[in-house]
Amino acid sequence: MAYSVKVLDHYENPRNVGSFGNEEEGVATGMVGAPACGDVMKLQIKVGKGGVIEDAKFKTYGCGSAIASSSLVTEWVKGKTVEQALDIKNTQIAEELALPPVKIHCSILAEDAIKAAVADYKKKHAEQAVP
Amino acid sequence: MLKLPIYLDYSATTPVDPRVADKMIPYLVEKFGNPASRSHAFGWETETAVEEARAEVAKLVNADPKEIVWTSGATESNNLALKGAANFYAGKGKHLVTVKTEHKAVLDTCRELERLGFEVTYLDVKEDGLLDLEVFKAALRPDTIVVSVMLVNNEIGVIQPIAEIGEICRAKGIVLHVDAAQATGKVAIDLTALKVDLMSFSAHKTYGPKGVGALYVRRKPRIRLAAQMHGGGHERGFRSGTLATHQIVGMGEAFRLARLEMGAENERVRMLRDRLLKGLSDIEHVYVNGDMEQRVPHNLNISFAYVEGESLLMAIKDLAVSSGSACTSASLEPSYVLRALGREDELAHSSIRFTLGRFTTEEEVDYAIRLLHDKIGRLRELSPLWEMVQEGVDLSTVQWAAH
Repeated sequence: MAYSVKVLDHYENPRNVGSFGNEEEGVATGMVGAPACGDVMKLQIKVGKGGVIEDAKFKTYGCGSAIASSSLVTEWVKGKTVEQALDIKNTQIAEELALPPVKIHCSILAEDAIKAAVADYKKKHAEQAVP
Repeated sequence: MLKLPIYLDYSATTPVDPRVADKMIPYLVEKFGNPASRSHAFGWETETAVEEARAEVAKLVNADPKEIVWTSGATESNNLALKGAANFYAGKGKHLVTVKTEHKAVLDTCRELERLGFEVTYLDVKEDGLLDLEVFKAALRPDTIVVSVMLVNNEIGVIQPIAEIGEICRAKGIVLHVDAAQATGKVAIDLTALKVDLMSFSAHKTYGPKGVGALYVRRKPRIRLAAQMHGGGHERGFRSGTLATHQIVGMGEAFRLARLEMGAENERVRMLRDRLLKGLSDIEHVYVNGDMEQRVPHNLNISFAYVEGESLLMAIKDLAVSSGSACTSASLEPSYVLRALGREDELAHSSIRFTLGRFTTEEEVDYAIRLLHDKIGRLRELSPLWEMVQEGVDLSTVQWAAH
């Protein structure tokens, strides 16, 4: 299969690979996918004052397009508020990386990873806010 | 000098041996006659060549040349054997038995027979990829007419116990078909000893050309088939169509070379394969798929746990290999062969098939070992599954958000 230049670039030089400690202030984690489906994405965001995502990291088990989609998403969410991050759609990811139809699920998974990370952030934030 | 990419996919196809190509070429331009032309020297010349090639194919498997029928390849041979025997013996029964790890050319032909009213049992294999003979015996019924079991598996290279299966089938009067596409030149085949009734062969897996194969059809006891290709009655009515002389000559020469050289070649290839395995076995969480004893010498199928197959293929694009993962086909299904072995999904998705051959060198194997060490490490750094395992998480206990 032929990969686009952008997929190859993200695959060869993935941005923001790694993990934050789960106990770090403002860190939230979204883990989506399953080994049975051949891809698992872990996206972590570090949210600062005003709900702005200051940093993001990922790890992905999956094909080149899945790795590229998650790498791209870490770049895109940085500097956005959590609400703005939710506006990132899989179609934008697929378009940016020129994903072929059989790889659209990789972009959907990346969008799901953002939603999962934000949901985790909101859950933790709510817990902190209540007392 | 090392030439990249390195070809390690000899079970997909092999290059035509230059000696084979040399033998084929005169039959394209100068010796072009139709072997069925009985009235002139052009036909006599090519008929002789076709019969010499037939004798060579027969000799490799210790059969009578009259038992060899030319086809377009092993897929056609499998179709002719299964549909031909099922149709011919339908009066005796409507049940067939095969194995879940067979090639698609057998499995899909069986599906077609099911649509035509036959009943097929698809047997599981053991964890090592081999058929359990007790399970096999238990699947046979009074109305079983045909059994199809491959000699060598295309993905994991394991050798099925065909001799025992033949004894069981013969005692019950069941026709046994064996797909031997991956076996010629790799394992000794003696059809005077084996109680096999039909056997499929391919030229291009054994350094011959693509587009030609053969079906062995036993004469004693005589096996009958309903022809699937009708026309001029070539090949004693089994398979009509003008014979592809140059292809057939190529297959004959390829099988002759296989007979003469397989002893030495298999030892050389086995040494290289074992070198590859040894070189990779110091990587953590590496698992060989399929039995290592009952296995052809040129195959190594390995799962690199917690690394996804397609991304690994991308990382090792200097190596031409196959992945068990069929991720490119949108289905996201891991290899059905590895599934049948009971491999966990994360292992089935992480398998690579290395198949070595006649032109593989030690230098190429060493390059592959170095490359894999480097890339597996890099991809595991990227893998959340690897991270979890390092932290002591049991992945089977994780509640995955499947999609």
